Amino acid sequence: MIAKRLLCAVSAALAAMLAIAPGAHAKGTLVYCSEGSPEGFQPQFFSTGTTFDAVSVPMFNRLVEFDTGTTNIVPALAESWTVSPDGKVYTFKLRKGVKFHGNANFKPSRDFNADDVVFSWSRMADDANPFHKGTGGQTYAYFDDMGMKNIVDKVEKIDDYTVRYSLKRPEAPFLADMAMDFASILSKEYFETMGRKGTPNAADIYPIGTGPFEFVSYQKDATIRYKAFDKYWKGRPKIDNLVFSITRDATARYAKLQTGECHVMAFPKPADLEEMRKNPALTLQQKEGLNIGYIAFNVEKKPFDNKLVRQALNLATNKEAILKAVYQGQGQVAKNPIPPILWSYNDAVKDYPYDPAKAKELLTQAGYPNGFEVELWYLPVTRPYNPDGKRMAELIQADWEKVGVKAKLLTYEWAEYRKRSKTGEQAAMMFGWSGDNGDPDNFFVPLLGCEAVKGGGNVARWCNKQFEDLVIKAAQTPKQADRAKLYEQAQVIVKEEAPWITLAHSIRFDPLRKEVQGYKMDATAHHYFTNTDLAK
Amino acid sequence: MLAFVARRLALIIPTFVGVTLIAFALIRLIPGDPVENLSGERGMDPARRERLLHEFGLDRPLPVQYAEYVGQVLRGDLGTSLTTHEPVLQEFLTLFPATVELAFFALLFAVVVGLPAGIVAALKRNTVADYAVMGVSLAGYSMPIFWWALLLILFFSVHLGWTPVSGRIAVQFDVPAVTGFMLVDALRSGEPGAFRSAVSHLILPAIALGTIPLAVIARMTRSSMLEVLREDYVRTVRAKGLSRWRVVVVHALRNALIPVITVIGLQVGLLLSGAILTETIFSWPGIGNWLIHGVQSRDYPVVQGGILLVATIVIAVNLVVDTLYGVVNPRIRHG
Repeated sequence: MIAKRLLCAVSAALAAMLAIAPGAHAKGTLVYCSEGSPEGFQPQFFSTGTTFDAVSVPMFNRLVEFDTGTTNIVPALAESWTVSPDGKVYTFKLRKGVKFHGNANFKPSRDFNADDVVFSWSRMADDANPFHKGTGGQTYAYFDDMGMKNIVDKVEKIDDYTVRYSLKRPEAPFLADMAMDFASILSKEYFETMGRKGTPNAADIYPIGTGPFEFVSYQKDATIRYKAFDKYWKGRPKIDNLVFSITRDATARYAKLQTGECHVMAFPKPADLEEMRKNPALTLQQKEGLNIGYIAFNVEKKPFDNKLVRQALNLATNKEAILKAVYQGQGQVAKNPIPPILWSYNDAVKDYPYDPAKAKELLTQAGYPNGFEVELWYLPVTRPYNPDGKRMAELIQADWEKVGVKAKLLTYEWAEYRKRSKTGEQAAMMFGWSGDNGDPDNFFVPLLGCEAVKGGGNVARWCNKQFEDLVIKAAQTPKQADRAKLYEQAQVIVKEEAPWITLAHSIRFDPLRKEVQGYKMDATAHHYFTNTDLAK
Repeated sequence: MLAFVARRLALIIPTFVGVTLIAFALIRLIPGDPVENLSGERGMDPARRERLLHEFGLDRPLPVQYAEYVGQVLRGDLGTSLTTHEPVLQEFLTLFPATVELAFFALLFAVVVGLPAGIVAALKRNTVADYAVMGVSLAGYSMPIFWWALLLILFFSVHLGWTPVSGRIAVQFDVPAVTGFMLVDALRSGEPGAFRSAVSHLILPAIALGTIPLAVIARMTRSSMLEVLREDYVRTVRAKGLSRWRVVVVHALRNALIPVITVIGLQVGLLLSGAILTETIFSWPGIGNWLIHGVQSRDYPVVQGGILLVATIVIAVNLVVDTLYGVVNPRIRHG
């Protein structure tokens, strides 16, 4: 009897305890289920999308930015700019009245001005800058890896609201580079104040920017809290608070979206998409990815030094079947190294059709009537441009088998895979790329340029003089229309020379709850909530 | 007793060498490279690569790296995370209370349910109750944690909507981490509803993590109880006319508990390793979640330091448990 009463009491207490609506949020608070913790809160040090989403996107601005949803460059902290006729001097006119955030240790005494722009750059570029050596030996990932020191000669303040960047050579993609996260503008006054207080590292830990949201708090691996910045130069964001609920597991993220514990989730699993579409409480936004998945042939090795062989394997690969089986239709067949959403995409290029008979013919012409044996490396991980490397490799193996080419499938751990690919060990390998900015140069040069053979990013190790001249000329040509023509020609050469099999451009998805309004997917895979609102 | 503790403490030295060496070797045996990991498809500027390799000490021969690491540890420095550049010990101490809280409630759940279930199964041997307890505990023991956790989430959170999916507290409560124990911090904050929210967030992870220990405890209690119930002294106290309740709780259970306490002590290691999966699925910001991310990003200092600290804790708990034997049963002498 006593036991029964006890059981009843416990059940009642539990029921009362559990009667909480898990999705109850403060009014105006948008919860975003993100995929991981940021590496830190400084946009210059890091290179992952997770960190950019949590740091540079909500809290900082750049001189120029990408118009959300496109790769068009629009004015941001710079109101306007001019480029010298030789393409080597960029003069930015800065916006007046832009306020920095404040926190318990720092109240800005002045608006944003040229000093902040010069400081932000010199911190990365100048070893003599007192703040150059960052917390715990941090390095400037993008700045170093993009070789910015070889591009920019100096950055000078002309007056309080004018800054001049002098380049070492004409570099048309420079403006797109300036819109990237690493080029976020820091507050010089904040760093100096923290330096004087003897805690210079605090400026990297508690971020101060000019962005739409101010930093509130961070609990490692749990939550990041922001509040709307009332004095944001573009106008206060519509939501009052933004919370990143860090949820590494994609299934848990989806469960939280369903229960209303979050409003928007990052990176859904492809297998859940169909169910998400059917869920009346959710909206599934989609956008063509700024990416490319491909097979690269190492042209320094036999038999891929022969163009006919490369063309033959292009003809022997059934891309439509791959798109269906691997991407489950969530992508489009790629015929160029750049995706169609990027300006200069050459739609006139004719792709190799799936034609095993013709492929066999070319192989015979190349001296391989009975085919050959070859190693094909496949991706060991899911990447935004390729959901399943192994499945893709198996399909390709079967396709090539039909023309007598026996592919031995091989892979390595992801970091090892990238490391080995740079040494040129590979014969044929699967790889891909997600664009960092909206400039075609960001695809052609790091992936197919001659310099990138040395750097290792060009895994086909293909260095074609004609192509190289075109992309270098395009990088030095100021007008976009003129550049586009050069890139269009470059795409014709890539198709003809066939250093790659261009496979697919994937589609990205952002699932959100119906009450989320005004959310727009970004072209470079960032998550912007400045113009997002919640239905009352 | 003191000699026993001293002997056990002396054993810590070879254990320490073993743990540091194994942790050091294992993380390096996994293919991959922490510096390469910091770059994506783009690759890394060779000068930056060199600088990082030097900075992380990875350009030195392995024996030198190990010697430097041990020296560092002996000075109380566990190094700095290669990803966040935060001191490893500081990261561990920030996250550890979350794991302790989860492990404590998982163990509490396991003991509170497992112990009575084992006793009932022993007393009602070969009845439906016995088969049910043993069947369920076998199922619990065999169930992969991640699968069990997902089932719990899908049923209780998504389907019934009773419990939150993951995290430690609802996002509307911005509870400052004073002690790191969410239940305590939520109570201290005085925010209405915060404590309730923290408890509701703890339920599913504690069940998921406590299920295997529960099964182990129930089975061990049952077999140990059965053994004790067959002892002569139990028959004697029964013959003296004591109530069944008194016989079981006062006389039999005390002796039956000895192996059970050993098993509970051993569960601590299991709970900490099980926490790795549970924390990942429930986005529980503890050391399990942190370690798994450390392995994925080849963050050598995090993995080495994390394993060393966890091993130290497990060793300490086992020492305490061994010492406790004497308290539970004075016949066991630590001579």
